Amino acid sequence: MLIELNDIRKVFNQGKHNEFSAIRGISLQIEPNKVTCLKGASGSGKTTLLSMIGCLSRPTSGRITLGEQNISGLPERFLTDIRRHTFGFIFQKFNLIQGLSVLENIMLPAYPLGTPHEALMDYAHSLLGHFGLSRLSTSPVEWLSGGEAQRVAICRAMINDPEILIADEPTANLDSKLSREFMGLVDDLHQSGKTVLITSHDPIVFDSPVINRVVEMCDGQVLKDEPCY
Amino acid sequence: MTKFIRKQRYLIDFTLSSLLRRKTKNLGLLLVYTLIVFILASVMLFTHALRSEAGIILQESPEIILQRMVAGRHALMPAEYLEKIGRVRGVVRKEGRLWGYFYDYATKSNYTMMAAPDKGLSNSEVIIGAGIARVRWLGIGDFISFNSFDGKTYTFEVKEILDSESELVSSDLVLMSETAWRTTLGVPEGYFTDIVLSVRNPREVSKIAGKLTLKLPDTRPILRDEILRTYDSVFAWRQGITFVLLAGAVLAFVIFAWDKASGLSAEEKREIGILKAVGWETGDVLHMKFWEGGIISLSAFMLGYLAAYVHVFYGSAVLFEPVLKGWAVLYPEFHPVPFIDGMQVATLFFFTVFPYTVATIIPIWRASITDPDTVMR
Repeated sequence: MLIELNDIRKVFNQGKHNEFSAIRGISLQIEPNKVTCLKGASGSGKTTLLSMIGCLSRPTSGRITLGEQNISGLPERFLTDIRRHTFGFIFQKFNLIQGLSVLENIMLPAYPLGTPHEALMDYAHSLLGHFGLSRLSTSPVEWLSGGEAQRVAICRAMINDPEILIADEPTANLDSKLSREFMGLVDDLHQSGKTVLITSHDPIVFDSPVINRVVEMCDGQVLKDEPCY
Repeated sequence: MTKFIRKQRYLIDFTLSSLLRRKTKNLGLLLVYTLIVFILASVMLFTHALRSEAGIILQESPEIILQRMVAGRHALMPAEYLEKIGRVRGVVRKEGRLWGYFYDYATKSNYTMMAAPDKGLSNSEVIIGAGIARVRWLGIGDFISFNSFDGKTYTFEVKEILDSESELVSSDLVLMSETAWRTTLGVPEGYFTDIVLSVRNPREVSKIAGKLTLKLPDTRPILRDEILRTYDSVFAWRQGITFVLLAGAVLAFVIFAWDKASGLSAEEKREIGILKAVGWETGDVLHMKFWEGGIISLSAFMLGYLAAYVHVFYGSAVLFEPVLKGWAVLYPEFHPVPFIDGMQVATLFFFTVFPYTVATIIPIWRASITDPDTVMR
């Protein structure tokens, strides 16, 4: 599914003395079944852009279309529906819920959909198996190492079988070995037909051969947009 | 529909595991909540039981009691007044009663002394209430002495102890023959304490009472309905006093619930943000929190009500006996008949579950409308 951004702007605290423009008129096309990296320093606006693409927030102006659908003006309920079916999120701090088991954390995004329990369990277990986490399914997430927690976060992002995966600074809390392992997993996801969108200022990520395209951002604008070969 | 039910089951599952994750906090809340319901339910159940029990017992009492008044005070009733009343249409029975009080220094308590000619007691036999038997350690065949009005001591054999069914009104009762009664309490022949009349048709009671007042202007008729009303208001008053005393506890609970709810921890707020980011709607979060509140308040309500039921109907309401029954010394051992009144349950439910829900819903709603992108920042 093609994601198209047309003159997107995002202003925080609009009309107040502390008004701040995080995104200043970005137009982009993000092609399906590619791994795209939004590269930039802290404060460059990549996370804000990612949250608008992932239907977590709305742009102040401009238009975002997902396939044929304009999603920039939709009310929260519709955005949630699109988010839960189309996007899977891998957050910088993993954002797993403490005290719940690995399996429970993975199944959380599927609860509001009312998926049959047996099918949901089967799928969750197959994901755990695929990412080498089967033995940890009943462990509380606070027992996990950084790499394991991230793989759990990937499984959670995959539970509703989304078409697009969004990863915000996924290697920020990992050492270089685990970061390379993560890029290997991204490659697997890409091979299985997923569109992957990553924000990062880590060279292990944007210099990785897995990345198809790097969009460099600075001060809420696109500085450089180039495909990788 | 099945999808909706499955979704609710998932939400309940998640809620239960959330409650277990914050065991100490939630168990504390459940305990305080249960205690409040228990106390309120105990007072309500017990007062209601007392009222209906008193009502049942008084149903068998005569419809009219006639007392003679001298200088505005209750005085002895001359026996000839029975003749003066004559034949009143509708009255099926009239008789003079002999009753009074006896203060027992040994137990520092008052007994109600009553002549019971129909019990076939000899002049040296008495029947006593269960309360007296308890404080004086008496059984059937034992002896009890009373000092008479003129300083003499008379000893009586206990022939029978009144059963506990009617203990609410018979705990402090002593029944004896008419002669023994007059000898002990010093009321001469030809006088009664009052006169009781039984009326066939309850609707004629006030009419008959009016006729009696005209025939015997120095008497006052006391109607059974008036006594029932007095009992009712006495018990209602006691219930009210108890509730006022408990108001502090209820207020403390409301503050506790408000604090618990409005003080959603940073951890809980973060969790709500994560749930919204991974695809939960505001409505899903509210549903989940609704189940959380529902599970806590319903569990507390049921546990509290059940504990109160056991406390009142199987434990004789040991915690509230003194204040609610109001007997001075001889507390009756009273076993009310178990019952559940739908209206009462609904009232209690409204006054305990509703304030909790209201106290918790607004802060939860405010947390649930958090922007889902907060977890990205």
